[in-house]
Amino acid sequence: MHFDELIGHLGQHTVDGLSKGAIYALIALGYTLVYGVLRLINFAHSEVFMVGTFAVLILWTQLGVQNNPPVGQAILFLVLGLVVAAAASGGTALALERIAYRPLRRKNAPPLIFLITAIGLSLVFVELFGQVLPKLLGGVLPEAFGRPRQIVGMPTIIQQETLFTIGNTAITNIQLIVFVAAVAMMAILDWFINRTRYGRGVRAVAQNPETAALMGVNQERVIMLIFVLGGIMAGAAALLWSMRFGFTQNSIGFVLGLKAFTAAVLGGIGNLRGALLGGLFLGIVEVYGASLFASNWEDVIAFVVLIVVLMFRPTGLLGESLGRARA
Amino acid sequence: MIDKIRSADRRRVGVLTSVGDRWRALTKWQQAIGLAAFVAFLYYLPLLGVPGLTWLRTDSIEGGNNWAGVLFVCAIYVLVAIGLNVVVGLAGLLDLGYIGFFAIGAYSVALFGSVNSPVVKWIQQEFNLPPTWAVTWAICLFIAIVLTMISGVLLGWPTLRLRGDYLAIVTLGFGEIIRIVARNATGLTNGPVGISAIPGPEGPPSVDNKVFGLIDAKPWYWLAITFVLIMVILVRRLEHSRVGRAWLAVREDEDAAAVMGVYPFKFKLWAFAIGAALGGLSGFLFGSRNAFIDPTQFNANLSILFVAMVVVGGSGNMIGVSLGAVLLAYLPERFRDFADYRWLVFGLAMVLVMILRPQGLVPSRRRARELKDRAADAEEVPAHV
Amino acid sequence: MRRSYVRALGTVALAATLVVAAGCQDSGGGDSNTASGDCGGKIAIFGAFTGDNAGLVIPSLNGAKLAVKQFNAANPNCKVTMQEFDTQGDAAVATPFANQIAGDNSFLGVIGGHFSAESDATMPIYQAAGLAMVSPSATRTDLTQKGNTSFFRVVGNDGTQAGAVASYLKTQNAAKVFLIDDASAYGAGITEELGKQLGPLVVNKDKIQERQAQFDATISKIKAAQADFVFYGGYTREAAPLVKQMRAAGVQAKFVGPDGLYDPAFPAGASGGAEGAIITCPCLPADKAGGTFSADYQKEYGIAPGSYGAEGFDGATVYLDAFKAGKKTRADILSYVKSYDKQGVSKYIKFDSKGDVDPTKVVIWAYQIKGTAIEALQELKLS
Repeated sequence: MHFDELIGHLGQHTVDGLSKGAIYALIALGYTLVYGVLRLINFAHSEVFMVGTFAVLILWTQLGVQNNPPVGQAILFLVLGLVVAAAASGGTALALERIAYRPLRRKNAPPLIFLITAIGLSLVFVELFGQVLPKLLGGVLPEAFGRPRQIVGMPTIIQQETLFTIGNTAITNIQLIVFVAAVAMMAILDWFINRTRYGRGVRAVAQNPETAALMGVNQERVIMLIFVLGGIMAGAAALLWSMRFGFTQNSIGFVLGLKAFTAAVLGGIGNLRGALLGGLFLGIVEVYGASLFASNWEDVIAFVVLIVVLMFRPTGLLGESLGRARA
Repeated sequence: MIDKIRSADRRRVGVLTSVGDRWRALTKWQQAIGLAAFVAFLYYLPLLGVPGLTWLRTDSIEGGNNWAGVLFVCAIYVLVAIGLNVVVGLAGLLDLGYIGFFAIGAYSVALFGSVNSPVVKWIQQEFNLPPTWAVTWAICLFIAIVLTMISGVLLGWPTLRLRGDYLAIVTLGFGEIIRIVARNATGLTNGPVGISAIPGPEGPPSVDNKVFGLIDAKPWYWLAITFVLIMVILVRRLEHSRVGRAWLAVREDEDAAAVMGVYPFKFKLWAFAIGAALGGLSGFLFGSRNAFIDPTQFNANLSILFVAMVVVGGSGNMIGVSLGAVLLAYLPERFRDFADYRWLVFGLAMVLVMILRPQGLVPSRRRARELKDRAADAEEVPAHV
Repeated sequence: MRRSYVRALGTVALAATLVVAAGCQDSGGGDSNTASGDCGGKIAIFGAFTGDNAGLVIPSLNGAKLAVKQFNAANPNCKVTMQEFDTQGDAAVATPFANQIAGDNSFLGVIGGHFSAESDATMPIYQAAGLAMVSPSATRTDLTQKGNTSFFRVVGNDGTQAGAVASYLKTQNAAKVFLIDDASAYGAGITEELGKQLGPLVVNKDKIQERQAQFDATISKIKAAQADFVFYGGYTREAAPLVKQMRAAGVQAKFVGPDGLYDPAFPAGASGGAEGAIITCPCLPADKAGGTFSADYQKEYGIAPGSYGAEGFDGATVYLDAFKAGKKTRADILSYVKSYDKQGVSKYIKFDSKGDVDPTKVVIWAYQIKGTAIEALQELKLS
């Protein structure tokens, strides 16, 4: 137990935890959106994120991006990266819905069936990027698929620099960008769900699908919309991840998806603001835990906190329900 | 294409149902003879040498694995599937951390039975026992079952009040906690190095063991299949008892069950504890047979594989889940040529089975009816999601 | 009713047939004869040839295949075959394979295991069967300390490598060494050995976990300790992002890692962050390896032999020499391996009584990352 280490650098750990949790939160949104409307766990969402990181990797290596490009170019690469990642992730999420979930919904299958299907899809995607694509595209895209199943590095787009220091807490430009971008994305999503016509449709279906249908809400379209929205958020997370950590791998999704799902449950699954809160909370808990013990206890601490929180608040910190959160 | 598969599937189901019906139409003694023949066949399996059937053996291919060894794995996976079926299929609780119980079972025999374990060393020191002393296998079996039941209750007590999806993530976390603790608590479990010299029924692994020797895996399979048969009988009796009916009621409608005087929490906890004990028993056999365990053998992928065995086989039906377990353990070993694509094929198969046959390969009659009802509901009220 | 009666009888008849067939049939498996003729035989090689860790093991498999191929070409009347068994690195899969190999008397020797856990799990089985095991890459120190008499390795153990790292750090005037490991058997083992040897030079330690991506807590501890050297015991997957984030956070400490990082994916995965990092490996640089091995390997597989390629070649060569010397039984081959005494391509191979290669013959090299290449730097003193 290193209490002095934790207390001595409490501010630093909090900042590190917030920037870590921001990425969890963005991915958690995908779980929460789908759960809020369909009441099912889209276990394959972690692979939606993974596909996004590969899209960014392929884009940057194809553009021949070098480490630390000039600022103007860096911004261009980031914007392009966001577009490509959002398109790839959103497209993947939509494809999952069309190919796998829709036939199940037609049969009104119980949630367990969705879960197993999603796990199967997740495996398929991991293997697709670890085995099949390297075989097919290894020659064309050696930077991405030349070393199957291995970790692949990406160029550094933004050099990490300390922006300002408060006490012994240093805040870096990358941490700030990640945090601000994540919160901004969520604010946009929150506005979209709570203030627009489409968002009203989503909330209506989440609250009561039958009544919503009677009121003329096109349910199929709402479902497609939430999958795409979740995918876009995962794409944004993929870009931030690529900028912050600069690597990817076919199996990157599992752990991250698990954490993001934990974050969603912590905050109250189905609740957009809960996802943000849960993500940030989980990020901070993990960094505190890692400094208090050692990093190899991080996951244990995260799950113990989850169990304890659920014991006292069985529906998460903010409670569930997408529709009722603000309606 | 899909239609073709569907119609082929329907034919297969037809055959299955008719087999089931005809089986039930047989008289008691005919059934008994049939069962006896089947059991005899199970015991005969590791010797399988019937011309034409030998290609089933996993060692019939280049670099194939030991046939009795694979059968042993199939048998302990069947135990896992039967145990998880109590939790998922009968009581309707989604447990994604079943590997945790499996690991506790394996670690029970390792920690108390092996002279290399820190626990045994500590006991030796504390009580001045000779360095060859360790807890006997049979007592380890008892310890494994008790420990897993206790851990099942400990996990269930705070979490069973949660709704299904929350329970899923909490149990997944539980499985990970067990693995990471086994890996990090070096002083208790030897950490990542693992524990070797885990005993079998005849004591620690040694050349002198007559039956459960080091080279021949067949006796281990016979031991495992004996446990499987005993557990099948016990769980079957349980299924048709008051407890089994209570599980059913809780699964169908918790509130209605509570109104009728079936206290859901109690029965859920029972299901959890019994399922845990079966998982522990399976892990116990696993550790004992391999004589070596380390934490990497208990990762979350296996939990998911376990749930897949139950759901693909036919949740709620003991024959179905057993078939699921055997298929998922056996096929990757027999078709090693596809080793690189093993998980891809596995994933695709899961998706296909779920889309085409959500009730599993050999569905429970009751579950199949429920699914049909749901599908009919879906057609009547298209809006319902 | 009548029909079902017939069916029940049929079932019984079928069962009876099966049981009778069992009596007549051999129980399967391969009890085929030992090598025909005066020379040659069959050996087995097992390890993780598919799956996530295959990249570390495939070079060794290829090295062994190359040795067998060259041997068969040079000795047309001494045919040696090698059978591959893919354990995916899982000790629980390696056990039934060991049953299979031990029970099939045509196998006269085993190359493996490639990881320490699968070696530990299967050692008693091979010992009971009187089969020699020659491991190209299982380095955990205690594997040879358990009183097993049929396990040999053509690679230095973690203790030897840790000693070399310690002496290297001391020659570099390291004053504050920060130790990190991944809590795996390999990483934690070698890091613990190093910690013992460095003693008071270690300023602090941390453990990370597999598949971790963000290392802020660890980096914060490194900064607080003002370390001048960071040693990481583990594999590429975690090392690449760790070193990259360290550099981005402005940590200037030198980064040192063991052979788990001797992998081109390490500099590639860290995309520039690994520049200047030191990797130690009990493997010779390609141009220093004996004979034409490197060139032959390059020609055969189109890539340079990676980690343990030469060790795989040497492991196979031990058996090939045994066959050439006319050994045809497990016992003969085991005693031949015990007294083996010859120059191999990776090092001089002679086993001590416990099965370790003579510690004075182990060579450990330091390599440095330059760009995306791993360049040989210097040979290290062992302690």
